Amino acid sequence: MLHFIQTLISGLSLGSIYALIALGYTMVYGIAKMLNFAHGDVIMIGAYAGIVTVMSLGLPPVIAIILSIVICAVLGMLIEFLAYKPLRSAPSLSVLITAIGVSYFLQNIALLIFGSQQRAYPTIADFPTYNIGGIQIDGITILTLAVTAVIMIALTLFINKTKLGKAMRAVSEDKAAASLMGISVNRTITMTFAIGSALAAFASIFYGMTYVYIKPTTGAMPGIKAFTAAVFGGIGSIPGAMLGGILLGLIEQFSKTYISTLWADAIVFGVLVVVLVVKPTGLLGKQMSEKV
Amino acid sequence: MGKILEVNDLHVYYGSIHAVKGVSFEVNEGEIVTLIGANGAGKSTTLNTISGILHARSGSVTFEGKDLHGIAPHNIVRQGLAQVPEGRRIFLQMTVEENLEMGAYTQSNASIAPGLADAYARFPRLKERRKQIAGTLSGGEQQMLAMGRALMSKPKLLMLDEPSMGLAPILVEQIFDIIRELNEAGTTILLVEQNAQAALSVAHRAYVLETGNIVLSGTGAELMASDAVQKAYLGG
Ligand SMILES: Nc1ncnc2c1ncn2[C@@H]1O[C@H](COP(=O)(O)OP(=O)(O)OP(=O)(O)O)[C@@H](O)[C@H]1O
Ligand SMILES: [Mg+2]
Repeated sequence: MLHFIQTLISGLSLGSIYALIALGYTMVYGIAKMLNFAHGDVIMIGAYAGIVTVMSLGLPPVIAIILSIVICAVLGMLIEFLAYKPLRSAPSLSVLITAIGVSYFLQNIALLIFGSQQRAYPTIADFPTYNIGGIQIDGITILTLAVTAVIMIALTLFINKTKLGKAMRAVSEDKAAASLMGISVNRTITMTFAIGSALAAFASIFYGMTYVYIKPTTGAMPGIKAFTAAVFGGIGSIPGAMLGGILLGLIEQFSKTYISTLWADAIVFGVLVVVLVVKPTGLLGKQMSEKV
Repeated sequence: MGKILEVNDLHVYYGSIHAVKGVSFEVNEGEIVTLIGANGAGKSTTLNTISGILHARSGSVTFEGKDLHGIAPHNIVRQGLAQVPEGRRIFLQMTVEENLEMGAYTQSNASIAPGLADAYARFPRLKERRKQIAGTLSGGEQQMLAMGRALMSKPKLLMLDEPSMGLAPILVEQIFDIIRELNEAGTTILLVEQNAQAALSVAHRAYVLETGNIVLSGTGAELMASDAVQKAYLGG
C-alpha cells in the first residue's frame, strides 16, 4: 500500500510536468492549428537559463526563476515571429518541417554554447523530505504538485473569465470572425506562444530540480511525451492537456514500478494508440469541425 | 446626408480568379443600401474586401472620408464598420453572452453591461439563452446572435451578408423588420442578399451585381419595377 501511494505521488509529479508542457502544445495547436515541435526545446533553454542565472551569474533563485520564465516567454514569441508568422498561409506540412527545423536549431545553439556535456541544474532551495505515515515525499514533489495545481486553476480562470482568454477561444474557433470583432489575431497568437512558453519554463524548473542533469537534447523526450499527452487528452483542449499529462505520468510511473522500467515507454505509447483507436479525438477532444 | 462609404473601381482576385471586376458604389449616411445578385456574383468578396479580410488588387474603399487601404480588419471595426458575415460565423463553442462580449471587444469594459442590456432588449430570445452554448441555438436564433454581436461594437455602418439565408419565411420577415428598426434608430445599413424581393422592399437604394460587375442601380422601388430584375431575380 505504501509502495502504491509512493508511486501515485511520483506519477502525479511527473504527470504535472507533462501537463505543463502539454498545455503549451495544445494551446498553440488550438489557436494556430500547428504542432510546435520546438516546444520541448524551449524547456531545455529554460533549464539552461536556470543554470546560467544561478551558477554563472550568481543571481538569487527567485530572480533566476523569474528570468527563466521571461526568457522562455520571449523565446516563444520570437520563434513564432521569425519562423511561423511568415508561414501563416503556407501548407501545414511546411509549417511542420519548419517546427522540426527550429527544434534542431535550438538544440544546436545549446550545443554550441554549453557543449554536449551534461550540466547540473542548481539547487534552488534545500527542500526537506517529509515522512508522512511512512511515505517519503520530498519538498520538490510537493512544490511541483502545488504550483501545477495553482497554474491550472489560474489558466482555467484566465481562459474562461478574462477578455483576452475569451478572445483566444474566439480566435481558435474562427480567425476571420474574430478579426471582425476587432480582435487582433496576430497579437492573440503571439500571446498564446508567450503563455505556452512561460508554462514550459515552469516545467523546466520542476524538471531541473527533479532530474538535475541537463543537456542540449533534454527537451526532446519530455517534449514528445507531453505532445503524446496533449493528443491523449484531445489536442486543442486545455482540460484535455491537463488530464492527458497527469494520466500519462501515472501510467508511466506505475508501469515503471509494477511492470518494467524498460517497457514503460512502450506501454505509454501503447495506451495512446488504444485510446486513439477507440476515440480518435482523444479523451476530451471535440469533434473537429472543418472550417476555413 | 454625406457619403459614409465609397467603393471605387474595386478589383479583387482569388489567385488568378477575377471575382470582383471594377465595382463602384456608395452608401450615404442613414440609408439602407442593398447589393443583390446570384450565387458567385462577388457579393461576399466585396464585403470582405471592405472589412479588410481580403485585399483588393486595385481600386479603393473609403469610409467616412478615410481610405481603408492597408488597415487590418480588427482596426476597421474600431472605426465603426461592422460585418455580420455570411453563414453567421458565431462562435459555436462559446455561450450566447460570450459571443456578445466578443462583439464588444473594441468597447470599454464599462460599456459592456449597458451594451448587453440593449442587445437583450432587442433580442429577448437571446436573453433567455444567454448561458447556452451558441452551437445549440436554432438557425434563426443564431442569426439574431450574429446581428446582436455585430451591434455590440456600436457600428455606424452595419454590413449584413445574406441574413435571411436558410431561414423560414416568418423569420426572414422578422430579420428584415429588425434591419428596418436598426436603420430607423440611426444605423446605416449595407445589405447583401439573394432574396431580392425582401431586400428591395426594405432598401432605399440598390445595386445589382452580376459576375463581378454592377449592372444596374437605382432606388429599391425602381429596381423592383425593372424588367431585368423582375426576370432574373423576382421570378417574374
Ligand atoms: N476562396 C475562394 N477561392 C477561389 N475562388 C473563390 C473563393 N471565394 C469565392 N470565390 C469565387 O469568387 C466568385 C465570387 O464569390 P462570392 O463568394 O463573392 O460570391 P457571392 O456573390 O457572395 O455568392 P453567394 O451568394 O453564393 O454567397 C465566385 O466565382 C467564387 O467561386
Ligand atoms: Mg456570398
